[in-house]
Amino acid sequence: MRIPPRITQLGAILILGSATLLTLAVLAFIIVFVLEKGLPVLSLRFLFTNPQDMGRAGGIFPTLVGTALLPLLAVAIATPLGVGTAVFLTEYTRESRVTNIIRFGTDCLAGIPSIIFGLFGFIFFVTTLRMGWSIASGGLTLAFMILPTIIRTSEEAVKAVPKSFREVSFSLGATRWQTVRKVILPNALPGIVTGVMLGVGRSIGETAAVIFTAGSSLRMPTSLLDSTRTMAVHFYILAREGISTENAYGTAAALVIAVLSVNLLAYWLMHRVMAKRS
Amino acid sequence: MNPKIDIQGLSVYFNRVPYLRSVHLAVPANRILGIIGPSGSGKTTFLRALNRMNELEPGSHVEGSALLDGQDIYHPQYDVVGLRKKVGMVFALPVALPMSIYDNVVYGPRLSGNQRHRLDELVETSLKAAFLWDEVKDRLKTSALRLSGGQQQRLCLARTLALEPEVILLDEPCSGLDPISTAKIEEALTLLKERYTIILVTNNTKQAARISNETAFFLMGEMVEAGPTERIFTGPSDKRTNDYITGRFG
Repeated sequence: MRIPPRITQLGAILILGSATLLTLAVLAFIIVFVLEKGLPVLSLRFLFTNPQDMGRAGGIFPTLVGTALLPLLAVAIATPLGVGTAVFLTEYTRESRVTNIIRFGTDCLAGIPSIIFGLFGFIFFVTTLRMGWSIASGGLTLAFMILPTIIRTSEEAVKAVPKSFREVSFSLGATRWQTVRKVILPNALPGIVTGVMLGVGRSIGETAAVIFTAGSSLRMPTSLLDSTRTMAVHFYILAREGISTENAYGTAAALVIAVLSVNLLAYWLMHRVMAKRS
Repeated sequence: MNPKIDIQGLSVYFNRVPYLRSVHLAVPANRILGIIGPSGSGKTTFLRALNRMNELEPGSHVEGSALLDGQDIYHPQYDVVGLRKKVGMVFALPVALPMSIYDNVVYGPRLSGNQRHRLDELVETSLKAAFLWDEVKDRLKTSALRLSGGQQQRLCLARTLALEPEVILLDEPCSGLDPISTAKIEEALTLLKERYTIILVTNNTKQAARISNETAFFLMGEMVEAGPTERIFTGPSDKRTNDYITGRFG
């Protein structure tokens, strides 16, 4: 028997709608859960004072600094490398076996578990290059970890710039580089920023790769060669070692709020840039 | 008088398939050459061969030569970027770059590092020559994407004029435009031929008859015949030309 289109239409709306609702519900549940447990602990004092007794008392100031520095360093290293690779692959090479191999390689890199990156970072940066457990080792390791994401999203963004824009630019006597700088990068910017934000998101919450490379020192770092502890690692240690459940949730709440505000800031910036240009 | 462009046995292939076969044609300076022919006849390929845009496509290959002021633009040492500044192009679909009207017009001149006051000057003269100045002079800094299709195409013409080229290639510039915008572009072209050599590809035979001095008829990758527009339209020497302009095919 054929189901009347009116019914299938209704069914589609129902199923798609509930899928959307469920997704939002899960997100809301996680955020509410973490905030409910963490907000009572959270205060400006908690955020901006040093921890005492391994985090049992006091605040989380050094981990706040570590959480800001590591992703920042990672993104600062990975963005030029990733965007450069993406532009080179799409604009300067023709589709060939070599570009496909490079692309396959970056895809594989994206699938490697973060703890493997941590191990690699530990062996290469921490011991072989004698950088020790440090912000530099951690930042470099995270940079490699988020590189594939940035390459892939930037590549899609660059490819999405209409071919006609390139033709116009060339026809007006622009070189390939001038075309990249004046037409392609500005138009691919929203996509590139999305990739960078995904990278920030991944590295801000990373624990495995960070413990191995940046260590877990609770002291305030004074140079890039100092060890540091991120909020994610702090939460892990506080909870795992049973040091303080309250402070663990306080840290988790701070982390969630940090991630949300970074995303909101990025969206806001993006909208401003887009509004200015159209 | 020497021709501005002298095309000698020019063939263009994409992935070994010929799209243009051994075209010989001399284009005199300060005239409008109209190129007519059905779709797929190689008109656009021919046009894009004159500023070497075909080579942006993978698998393209060119034989023969095209002399601009006596120099072969396909010589390995020829400066392509310089060529595209001398031979400007307007595409079939108006493509305004997502930037302001002003920035669109000065896109080319700015690449060659012109001074600010010189750019201002170029914007005004180019937009005036393209019959767009009066409509946009108060909003040069607003986005070009807000212009109508007809305005965008005149912006594209102005953008090409701002290069101060010697030759202007137009690829069906009026195909998507209303009659009034078309008339404005035609009027602009008629005035512009005083200073430029213009090659106009058009699907509209009447347009070629109205504004071109010479006309060339292309069919299936070959140039069938070329000559003064009046003669082509009144007494073509090839039967295929006659069939096309009288509307028997194409």
